[in-house]
Amino acid sequence: MNESLLTFFTYFVLAAFVGFEVISKVPTILHTPLMSGSNAIHGIILVGALLIAAGAHTPLSIALGFVAVLLATINVVGGFVVTDRMLEMFRPRTPGGERERGR
Amino acid sequence: MTIATALIYLLAAVLFIFGLRFLSSPRSARRGNWVAAAGMALAVGWTVVLLWPSFTAAGATICAVGFVLGAIIGTVGARMVKMTAMPQMVAMFNGVGGGAAALVAVSELLGLHGARPALQSGFPSVFAIVVGGVSFAGSGIAFAKLQELMTGTPITYPGQQAVNALLGLLILGLCVLVLGVTGAPPVFVALLLLALVFGVAFVLPIGGADMPVVISLLNACTGLAVAASGFVVGNFALVVAGTLVGASGTLLTKLMSDAMGRSLANILFGAFGRPREGVGLAADGDRTVRSGSAEDIATMLAYSRRVIIVPGYGLAVAQAQHVVRELADQLERRGVEVQYAIHPVAGRMPGHMNVLLAEANVPYEQLKEMDEINDEFKQTDVALVVGANDVVNPAARNQPGSPIYGMPILNVDQAQHIVFLKRSMRPGFAGIDNELLYDPKTVMLFGDARESLTKLVAAVKTA
Repeated sequence: MNESLLTFFTYFVLAAFVGFEVISKVPTILHTPLMSGSNAIHGIILVGALLIAAGAHTPLSIALGFVAVLLATINVVGGFVVTDRMLEMFRPRTPGGERERGR
Repeated sequence: MTIATALIYLLAAVLFIFGLRFLSSPRSARRGNWVAAAGMALAVGWTVVLLWPSFTAAGATICAVGFVLGAIIGTVGARMVKMTAMPQMVAMFNGVGGGAAALVAVSELLGLHGARPALQSGFPSVFAIVVGGVSFAGSGIAFAKLQELMTGTPITYPGQQAVNALLGLLILGLCVLVLGVTGAPPVFVALLLLALVFGVAFVLPIGGADMPVVISLLNACTGLAVAASGFVVGNFALVVAGTLVGASGTLLTKLMSDAMGRSLANILFGAFGRPREGVGLAADGDRTVRSGSAEDIATMLAYSRRVIIVPGYGLAVAQAQHVVRELADQLERRGVEVQYAIHPVAGRMPGHMNVLLAEANVPYEQLKEMDEINDEFKQTDVALVVGANDVVNPAARNQPGSPIYGMPILNVDQAQHIVFLKRSMRPGFAGIDNELLYDPKTVMLFGDARESLTKLVAAVKTA
């Protein structure tokens, strides 16, 4: 096992602990937005997709790279936008008044 | 990796962690989403800067076109989708992420031109291919079930477990083949195809009502697949972000199944070995259902002191959230105290009802969580159940054989009167009969929830 692999493995284990700790107490109403938000975060695969697509030169690698970038971008952009739309609904309203939107 | 790159990816990871933290609290949730998005923009933006000198002409084109096209599809999809269809949209966004993770690994293996990969890159590669593929196909089936492109009831057939076990073994065998013998493309392409088949087979026997938990689980899976891809391409941003999602997603999956009062194993494998309950109502021929007119029910509501509205998926499909608030407004105008009882898994996702009702400007204070309101049904004149079924089914309390036995339910049966707005006598998502519909103190109003509520609003005005 070489050193960089060991380093990566360390990141992996530590990140797993952080992931468990960071969302310890979540009210039920936020389960869906939280799932959706974390769904957007794994859209980081876009970075991986860009890495393989950047140097593409054969038809096969071009096709693969294109689909990977496309799918990953849908994951990232769609994920954050849809989460924001859900959370928009939780916006506190102005006291006594109705929101102008959503009627 | 240069110091600048390391620091920027680290900053992105920190932003993801803060994003998740903020997302766990109602007050900061929206900000949390944007914090995470900022982290993402940073990581992706810097990656483009890094790659700038090495882009081939074709590479630059596919990256630009893929990104623009993906951004358009993602934005339009997320903006246009109805609030009711949110769950399946999340499933789809999750699935494509899993697909991308699998493709990244496939592409790395292709680069070896058939040589056997070293274990340290080969293992994460096959992991990303299998888990990413399962997530992609499984999310697709979850989407189809929720979108009602296919039946929401569990699909089982004799020997299904054997077939699934065989699929699992085949996948394992191919993994060993890739790692130990050859990295020839046909082998890992077959591996990807089998993973897709397995994803379908895995989700088919799970009922539509359990889809939220499945989507959450697949979300965690995609996270892990992304982390594995990070090992493959040697990028720690992928490892850290993917693992964060994998871990928090696993915990969230557990929280969700806890809210349903079930174990994860029961949700995933519950359809096996359970004798299918007779869904038919034929055996209960002697029991009668009392169906009332909108006017009768409106009178009953208008002269109550206290009404609790129990919304369910029927409210969501009928887009009835605005009308239900109108009814509540009318009742309050007459001095009736109105509250909403929100079951943790009402609708098809936890929080689904809160989101819908918030859209219709229902005041937060009227939305009560189950534990908060369950003792109040005893002193309630009318419980108005709008398109909910399983979450008020007393079978969860008193029929140990029932598939929903043990799930916490709303104590609607303790109210003085119960009104069900339902489309038909069709059982709920869990596919089981509800005793409460035959209760002497229950009145049914059949029809689309929105139409029924509109009639009620009109009738309350004149009552």
